[in-house]
Formats: sequence, structure tokens, C-alpha cells
Amino acid sequence: MRDLAVFLAGKAARLLLLLVAVSSLSFILVNFSPIDPVQAYVGADMMRVSPEQREQIAEYWGLNDPPLQRFFRWASAVLHGDFGTSMIYRRSVLSVIGDRFAASLVLMGLAWLLSGTMGFLLGTLAGRRRGSWLDRLVKGYSLTLASTPVFWLALLLLYVFAVWLKWAPVGMMVPAGVEASQVSWTQRLDHLVLPTVTLSIIGVSNVALHTREKLIDVLNSDYVAFARARGESERSILRRHALRNIALPAVTLQFAQFSELFGGSVLAEQVFSYPGLGQATVQAGLRSDVPLLLGIVIFITLFVFMGNLTADLLYRLIDPRMRLGGAA
Amino acid sequence: MNAEALLERPWAGRLLGGEANRRKRTLILVSLLAAFLAFIVVGGALLGQSGLSTNVELRNLAPSLRYPFGTDWLGRNMLTRTLKGLTLSMGIGLLASSISACIAVLMGLAAATMPRAVDAFISWLIDLFLSMPHLVMLILVAFILGGGAKGVIIAVAVTHWPSLARVVRAEVLQLRQADYVRFAKHAGRSRLWIATRHMLPHLAPQVIVGYILLFPHAILHEASITFLGFGLSPHKPAIGVILSESMRYLSTGRWWLAFFPGLSLLALVFAFYSLGSNLRLLADPWSAHE
Repeated sequence: MRDLAVFLAGKAARLLLLLVAVSSLSFILVNFSPIDPVQAYVGADMMRVSPEQREQIAEYWGLNDPPLQRFFRWASAVLHGDFGTSMIYRRSVLSVIGDRFAASLVLMGLAWLLSGTMGFLLGTLAGRRRGSWLDRLVKGYSLTLASTPVFWLALLLLYVFAVWLKWAPVGMMVPAGVEASQVSWTQRLDHLVLPTVTLSIIGVSNVALHTREKLIDVLNSDYVAFARARGESERSILRRHALRNIALPAVTLQFAQFSELFGGSVLAEQVFSYPGLGQATVQAGLRSDVPLLLGIVIFITLFVFMGNLTADLLYRLIDPRMRLGGAA
Repeated sequence: MNAEALLERPWAGRLLGGEANRRKRTLILVSLLAAFLAFIVVGGALLGQSGLSTNVELRNLAPSLRYPFGTDWLGRNMLTRTLKGLTLSMGIGLLASSISACIAVLMGLAAATMPRAVDAFISWLIDLFLSMPHLVMLILVAFILGGGAKGVIIAVAVTHWPSLARVVRAEVLQLRQADYVRFAKHAGRSRLWIATRHMLPHLAPQVIVGYILLFPHAILHEASITFLGFGLSPHKPAIGVILSESMRYLSTGRWWLAFFPGLSLLALVFAFYSLGSNLRLLADPWSAHE
């Protein structure tokens, strides 16, 4: 128990340092950007905005103060839980992130579960009979997917299922022109299917390859050789020896993949115009919404860290060897 | 993978068509892949600019023998655009991953040869860079640099070094314990001398393989951020630009605008992956038996 406390304290210190570094680095670098935030804010109305109005906008957002002062103002606000106001959504950054992340979480969560289960299943099937056609198929599939551009796959699915077969809507989270309260669950689900499928197909590759390797290692181990010599059937070896040993690494790997999951989600959300956090990231970048961009960067760092922490904790809780000072 | 594990698996060699053949087959595969990549570069250069000019009579043609990839709404030849885009991607990928590999080697060497504090700092830096999704960091860096080719190259270069740096660091930490390195140290050689004369030659195969394996990532990420609108300008014949344009025409049924360019990108990335992993087999004598 004391070990766990020390471990968590160490992780907390790391997280603190990480967040301080990420936020200050991003803030400093963003200030070097050649993009004029006032210009970005005004956008297409640039002809109609007088220099005086520009000055007022800059004053309102506090863009004229020296960078250091702005950093401290922003940092102290962040410490008070206030990430500022998003320039494009005209709402507090936290509420934008909250709404958007809820939408992304549904998408990423479903894809995470689906790709995890499918990947584990395929990896097990492949690793069980190394060299069989099934093994080659799974391996080829996984290796090809590792080089597939997510957004291209999304475009293909969009074309086949939405444009050609007309089975799924073309995009968005809900049908256009319908009030939020009127949207039914099935409609929400309809709009969720294609992005989820895209992310799941891509996500399968890593888990499948990893599980396959692990299973091959386990099946070649001494204890499995002994079990075979004892006369245990292949099925019981798989159930009693192999699956127990490969399940945990697969789950841990899934938790350590939040970073790639979100990366894929950014691209998928863009193609399907799914209003999640990924799309908000792209919008914030394209339209120079600095407060929102910084907020998202910090939030996503936290999200990825939590995934990795869960992976570490799972290892410690289930594998006693990790508790003996092995935890990094 | 250790030696014992390999000795226990004679079937692994049989599976791949004989152990003696393995090396030869890898070599043939590597040359084929290199030829394919050369074909793209030469093809892209030979095709010239004619396919890129607007031609109203040839608008929106579906793929045919004369235009295998079809034409777009301005009558431009999609095959030419795709090949030009792939060449551009390779150029950017080459530059970005070269810079990235240099950073990785320097960081890895520094971490493993300099005092402990430097090592701790660099390890922390590696963790810092790995703690954020690549794509978010790419968007951030490209945003800071204001997009364009320069932005993409720098963004990809500064985000892709950590994984290779980790490999180099681990390798150098092991090398430091090698007899000849310890002897050189006792013989009074400087750290720089040992690093350049003893360590770099030993690291070379791994670094080269790691460098080639950086390529596919660099190319995919360049295409991704260009697709999102942070990368190359829409006037460049980049794959990301082609695909993001095609989004507007998908609902009209012009599938070829997205299908072939994306498939070619996949083929290019896949070629680099297999080139890298096959070279790794050649460079690493133990796994070469597998």
C-alpha cells in the first residue's frame, strides 16, 4: 500500500511538471506565431472594420499587453479553473471543451471497445496457428492498415455507405434542421456509425499484431510445452495458460493508445463533420482561437496521461512483479 | 529476441522458405521496393506540367486507359497530380525525417554520454514529446509557424525524433559497458572521440533503419495536416490537398478523385515500411534467421 502511495505521488509530481511545461511552452510559442489574432478574429469582415475598431478588439482581448504579463494573467486564470473565452464560440473554453469532449468520448469509447475486442480476437486467431492463411490474412490486414491514411479510409467509407448505398447520413452528429430536443437515439446512432467504424478499423491493427506476437511467445514457452507433455488439449492450454497471459498486455496497450486514438478522431471528425473535440482543435487552429487551442492542448495532455497512468496501474495491480521497484 | 528463443524455433526458418533463401529474398524485395520508389520520382519528373494545366474539354472524366486515374473538374490529369503529389510528399518526408534523425542521434548520444543531469533532462524531454498526440502537436507547431511548406517540415521534424532518440540512447547505454569503449576511456580518449569513432559506426545500421522507418510516419503526417488545412498551400499538387478537395465532389459520385490518390499514398507508405523492416532483418543478424 505504501508502495502505491509513493508511486502515485511520483506520478502526480510528473503530471504537474508536464502540465507546467506544456502550458508555458505552448503559450510562449503561440506568441511567436505570425498570425495576427485580431485579423483572425475579424476574418472576412476585414474591409468593414476600421483601425479604431481593431484597436478596441485588441484592447478587449488584452492583446496589447506585453507577453509576460499576458502569460501570468492567463496562467493565474487557468489555475483558478478559467481557461478564458473561446474567440470562435464566444463561450468559456472549458464549456466548449466539455461539450465537444462528451461527443468525442462517445465516438472514441465505442471505437476503443470495438477495436480492442476485434484486435484481440483476430490476434488470438492468428497467433494460434502461425503461418496459416488466417494468420497471413490478419498480419497483412494489420500491416496494411498501419500505412492507411485515416482520412482516406473515412472518405472511402463515406462514399460507399453514404453516397453510393445511402445507408448512412453524410455527416454531422444529428440530422440538419432538427431541434436538439427532437433528435432521437436512433438518429444519433446513425450518425455515429461511420466515424466509429473508421476508427475501429484503424485501431485493430496494433492490438492484433501485439496479441499475435505475445501468443506466439506464450505458446513457445516452457510451461506450455510442459502442459502439452502432460496431455492437456490445445483448447485448454489456450484457455488456461495463454489467454490469461496475453489479455493483460492487450488491455494495457489499449490504454496506452489514447494518443493515437485522439489523433485518428481528429481526422475522422473532420471528414464526417462530427462536432467533437477533434473538429474543435482543427477549427481553433485554422481560425487562430488561441485560448481554445491552448485549452485543448492542456486537456488532451491530461487525457493521454490518464490513459498511460491507467495502463501502469493495471500492470501494478495485476502483475505483482511490477511492484518490486520495477515501475518506471 | 534472444538466442535461445531462436534456437528453439527451427520451424520459423522453414516457414519462410528455407533459411538460406531468406537473405536473398530480402535483398530482392528491397531492390524491388527501391525501384518502385525510384519509379515514382522519375515518373513524376518526366510527366511534366502538361497534365496540370486546365483543360475544359476533359473535365470530370472517369478513369480510362488514357487517363488511368481520371480527370478533375478543371480537366487536370489525376495521374499527373498524384505522381507530383507523391514526389512532393517524398521530398518533404526526406527533409523532415533527415532533420528528425539528426536531432534523435544528437539527443540519444548526448543523453547517454553526458553527465546524469543531461540524461535525465533529455529523457524527460522525450517523455514530454510523447505525452501529446502527434497530430495535436503538429497542428500546434504548424499553427505557430503559420503553415506552408516550412511549417510542415519543421512540425514533422520536431515531433518525430523521440522514438528514435530512445532507441539510440538505449543502445549507447549498452555500448558504454562494452570492453573496447571502456578501454578507450582508460586509454585517455575524449568523449567526443569515443562517440564518433566507436559509437557512431556501431549505431549506423540501427540509425539508418530507424531513419527509413521515420519516413512513412513523416509522409502520412504531412498528408494529414495538409488535409486538415495547416500544411501546404492549396495550390501545391499535394496528396492532402487533392483529398481535401475531393471531399467537395464526393457526393456527385466522382469517387476516383479520392480513391486513386489515397491508394497511391498507401502504397508509398507501405513500400517504405516494408523497405525499413526488411533492411532491419538484414542489419540485425539474429532476427535475420527468423
